[in-house]
Amino acid sequence: MTTALIIIPLAAAVILWVLPLNRVSAGSIGLLAALAEVGIWIQVVVRFDFSKTGLQFEQHHSWFSDLNVSYHVGFYAFSVWLVGLTVVVTAACVAYAFWVGRERARAYFGLMLFLDAAIVGVFTAQDLLLFYAFFEAMLIPLYVLIGVWGGPGRIGATLKFVIYTMAGSLLMLASIVVYGLSKGTFDLVAIGQSGSTWIFLGFAAAFAIKAPLFPFHGWLRDAYTEAPPEVSAVLSGVVSKAAVYGFLRIGIAKFPGPTHDLRGLFLALAATGLIYGSLLAFRAPDFRGVVAYSSLAQMGLIVLGLFAVNDLGLNGSVLQMVNHGLISATLFLLAGMVERRAATGDLDRIGGMARGRPALATVLMATGIIGLAVPFSGAFAGEFLILAGVFRRGWGWSVVGVIAIVLAAMYMLRLISAVLHREVGAALGDAVLDLRPAELGVTVPLLACLLVLSAWPAAISGHAFGTKHPGAGLTSTLTSGSATSAPLTTP
Amino acid sequence: MIQRPHIDWFALAPMTALFAAGALALMAAVLVPRRARRTTGAVVCALGYAVAFGFAIALYARSPHPQGVIADSLRRDRFGQFAQMILAASGLLAVGVSFRERMRDDHVAEYYALLAFAGGGMLFFVTANNLLTLFLGLEWLSLSLYILCAVDRDLIGGLEAGLKYLIVGGFGSAVLLFGSALVYGESGRLDFPGIAAAGRGHDALFLFGLAMLISGLAFKASAAPFHMWTPDVYEGAPTPVTAFMAAATKTAALVVMLRVLRTAFPGEAHLWTVAVAVIACASLAIGNLAALVQRNVKRMLAYSSISHAGFMLIAIAANNALGGRALLFYLVPYAAMSIGAFAVVAARERELGVPVTFENMAGFGWERPLLGVAMWTFMLGFAGFPLTGGFVGKFYVFSAAYDRGWTWLVIVGVVATLVSLYYYLGLIRAMFMRRSEELQLAPVGGSPPRETLLQGTVIVCVGVTVVSFFAVQPLIDLAKHAANSIPF
Repeated sequence: MTTALIIIPLAAAVILWVLPLNRVSAGSIGLLAALAEVGIWIQVVVRFDFSKTGLQFEQHHSWFSDLNVSYHVGFYAFSVWLVGLTVVVTAACVAYAFWVGRERARAYFGLMLFLDAAIVGVFTAQDLLLFYAFFEAMLIPLYVLIGVWGGPGRIGATLKFVIYTMAGSLLMLASIVVYGLSKGTFDLVAIGQSGSTWIFLGFAAAFAIKAPLFPFHGWLRDAYTEAPPEVSAVLSGVVSKAAVYGFLRIGIAKFPGPTHDLRGLFLALAATGLIYGSLLAFRAPDFRGVVAYSSLAQMGLIVLGLFAVNDLGLNGSVLQMVNHGLISATLFLLAGMVERRAATGDLDRIGGMARGRPALATVLMATGIIGLAVPFSGAFAGEFLILAGVFRRGWGWSVVGVIAIVLAAMYMLRLISAVLHREVGAALGDAVLDLRPAELGVTVPLLACLLVLSAWPAAISGHAFGTKHPGAGLTSTLTSGSATSAPLTTP
Repeated sequence: MIQRPHIDWFALAPMTALFAAGALALMAAVLVPRRARRTTGAVVCALGYAVAFGFAIALYARSPHPQGVIADSLRRDRFGQFAQMILAASGLLAVGVSFRERMRDDHVAEYYALLAFAGGGMLFFVTANNLLTLFLGLEWLSLSLYILCAVDRDLIGGLEAGLKYLIVGGFGSAVLLFGSALVYGESGRLDFPGIAAAGRGHDALFLFGLAMLISGLAFKASAAPFHMWTPDVYEGAPTPVTAFMAAATKTAALVVMLRVLRTAFPGEAHLWTVAVAVIACASLAIGNLAALVQRNVKRMLAYSSISHAGFMLIAIAANNALGGRALLFYLVPYAAMSIGAFAVVAARERELGVPVTFENMAGFGWERPLLGVAMWTFMLGFAGFPLTGGFVGKFYVFSAAYDRGWTWLVIVGVVATLVSLYYYLGLIRAMFMRRSEELQLAPVGGSPPRETLLQGTVIVCVGVTVVSFFAVQPLIDLAKHAANSIPF
């Protein structure tokens, strides 16, 4: 089942690339494959036993035995939610691209599905080298998707994006070589913990750049703004989560010592990114800029919860990863829809779109309100858990988090009012349409997921680490398989 | 009466096949009517390579234990045969690239004859087991290549390339010969195991000879600082010849370097590992930095080949069994990617009739999707991305360096890879992200030439590049058995 989730989009991508299909059939096959992914994922959720800790739906084949590298995939409880986020967001983005009618459809949809497969691979890989292979493989389609279908500044944006991410990834490769060979295996379940700060930093560099964490966000603005909106949605909604997943699965689980030693540094970077990103989002002059920088801020928040390294923080982080993935994907798609109508995302030139366009107003308002974490929203639950988690590490971190929530309200309300209210912008004519049924069909499911999570956040936060007993879950899940491991939760 | 040594004809079969093919092609150059020469030459040469490839496989299967051939002057072992397989396959693919090359009909059969001779020399070279056969093999392949570079008289720069290669390559051979003389003079032995047994490691002249041997081989492997000829020769030579040189000459030189250093100088390993590591670092630095500013695709690929020599030298410097395996594994996708990349350049060159630059690759990926995607694969493979064998090769090389205890060499390799991304991705950018309207010159005219053979070659190269990522186990087993026949 796990392999099927990886193979199906790959196979569909190859079919798209090889067969001479027209635009409609190419888009249909792409959408069908993306929806098939969602279907299989639902099967996984139904059949997954959340009461157990440890790996499920496991598949294991040797890849090359002399260095003990294998094809080993499987699901932890939190991987289930992240894979779900991936397949749902990708399906929405593929559908949107189909509706927009991207040119060179075969290449485009093939690459989207390839990306889908690679991300699912990252979330399920249980072998270091396999993880790296998938992590790198994400970059190939992203590079082309941004570089070919992106906006006018795409060439510079892709260059910056690739150089930044590869710098981190290659450091991670060096770390993988050293870590794997020194332990004699590359299997993530079997490999023991390590106390080496250097190896940890190699991994951390890759994840901090990909997320991005505060001083490594130089690529973010250009890439998120120049990419086609649905690619930005995947990039900020899902790909950034792959990095945080790496922190969780490898950084924290395998390097408890360095995590403990460097916790202050990562908390400080995350907190800085949180405040700084929020301020930038408040000042950003265009729709996508606001979403891009809010993404930086939210990644800071998630990492804050992660490096609290306790049950509250980690459960909150996983919940917030899914929340933010859905919110930011929806917002980027909405940004694309607004830009299609106004031919610009400049907040000074759009505005007053609410009048006569109730669907757009409702969707944007609902997403934005959830995004600024009003009470009873899923994001509120996630942020609350994170703040409660970091509170145990020092009340100061929580104060930073609370300030950031106020800032989040500021930038989100500014965005909503700039797009929906105020006077009608110069770039808009009266003929500008409300959201079309297809656009609603893309955004409403995402919004529905958010509403479900708002009603029942414990669906994720209570089922992320495979146990019904809070306090014991995390330790046993992340370190299962390594007999010598020390307890993860440091007092 | 002089006792004649026993001759193991089976061990000589691969090179004999190529020698025969070369001779036949030369006959064809005289006896076959002009219009049939191209086909005859190509077929004979291809058959020669195919037979040599088959013999190499058979030999590999039947030589579990290394043994000497002709009074120990050659060595029949899996290490040599693995290299022979790569070389023969490269030659076969090079024929595919050559077939439609615009060239006058009057010397085309000689071209194929020389291609076969060069390949035969390489097969001989990689099995050499003493200093004489080593030099003989080196000259055999070099002389053929000098002429091949200049064989196309209509090609601007071809003659220059040939001459440059002759002079610099001749210098390299002379250095190697001088080194051999010094080593022989000090140790009194020609055969590699004998040199090792003589144990003259403390002797200055002996060490000087070793240094010159390494330099001579580094010339052929185009490792910095012995790389000066590479960009000019790669640029000036006919592109199929460049493809062959990039894949085969480098394979031969690096494999022989490992064999010589491990069998003849195991006692001096503390010296030559450092020297080779320094050469590797220099190659990585110079190759990558110089490639950054190239606008001509062939020159860029030439510098990239210098940097790849650096990566493979890391495997040699590691001086362990894992390093031997890493080198042999790396060579397989590397050879495929090199030939494939130059084949695509050749196709574009024939289409445009001018040297291929980054600028006139604009839009190529969308106009000719097969070749475009292939080039994309090769570039990603060179850069060491997953889903290509280049990734696994680099991983093995880094593993070998770490195993040796040289983590700093891993870091150097990683930084070099990062730098290399700029120009590899630059080519992808030129092919896919620019529109062909930006291209300022008109193609030669008509629809692009249909070249089934070249496209087939490119598909095979893509296949090898990708399959070597998935099917690592069988390939690494082959390489492991091969590397085990060298004493570590």
